[in-house]
Amino acid sequence: MVNRIVVGAHYGLKDWIIQRATAIIMALYTVLFLAVVGAVGPDTFEAWRGIFAGGFMKFMTFLFFISLFYHAWIGVRDIWMDYAKPDGLRLILMIATAAVLVGYAGWAVQILWRM
Amino acid sequence: MAEMAIKKKRPKNLDLMTIRLPLPGILSILHRISGAVIFLLLPVLLWLLQSSLASPETFATFKSFVGNPLVKIVLLGLIWLYMHHFCAGIRYLLLDLHKGVELAPARLSSKIVFVVSIALTLIIGAKVLW
Repeated sequence: MVNRIVVGAHYGLKDWIIQRATAIIMALYTVLFLAVVGAVGPDTFEAWRGIFAGGFMKFMTFLFFISLFYHAWIGVRDIWMDYAKPDGLRLILMIATAAVLVGYAGWAVQILWRM
Repeated sequence: MAEMAIKKKRPKNLDLMTIRLPLPGILSILHRISGAVIFLLLPVLLWLLQSSLASPETFATFKSFVGNPLVKIVLLGLIWLYMHHFCAGIRYLLLDLHKGVELAPARLSSKIVFVVSIALTLIIGAKVLW
């Protein structure tokens, strides 16, 4: 047990809530996506692309990706905090994680809006 | 303070080789492993999505890539990791709401997570991959 005195600070409440909010968004999107794919049954390029062509699905897919990357940030950061004990190593891993996730967000935007 | 003194005396066993993890524990570590694997494969998954959407030519490349039987097995494994993370995550959300926190319901719900996630994986795999 860590004998810490909890005063004032938020102690991760914000991250705790965001982890769950992003999880719910992704879970709802997963159901939506499976329903759309099930209904359309995209066999051709045009049909598959058509799923993401409309504004609604583009918005929902974008929201899914942003949720995914924020969710991954909190989850992977927790993994580094649990297993990467040297401070320098932990810091490098956290910065690298944040950097790739920001890059992925840009990549996802490009995939969705340049298709 | 008295509580703290008692806590310190409790025996600990952190030897991974001798711990017999109950099902909710296996679910928990798989939740972490599945999240980590999906994170590590994000560039591959984004690349797959990009090739499937960019142009008819890249779509053809994408189709032949995911048509490879070995790739199909890997994708089926990934679908399972996603579905496990999804189902176990819903279980955690319910636990947050104090639903099923007692020992028996918690064990039952972890069984349900394994059964449902594997069933969903097989259904999606059958529909999409084969």
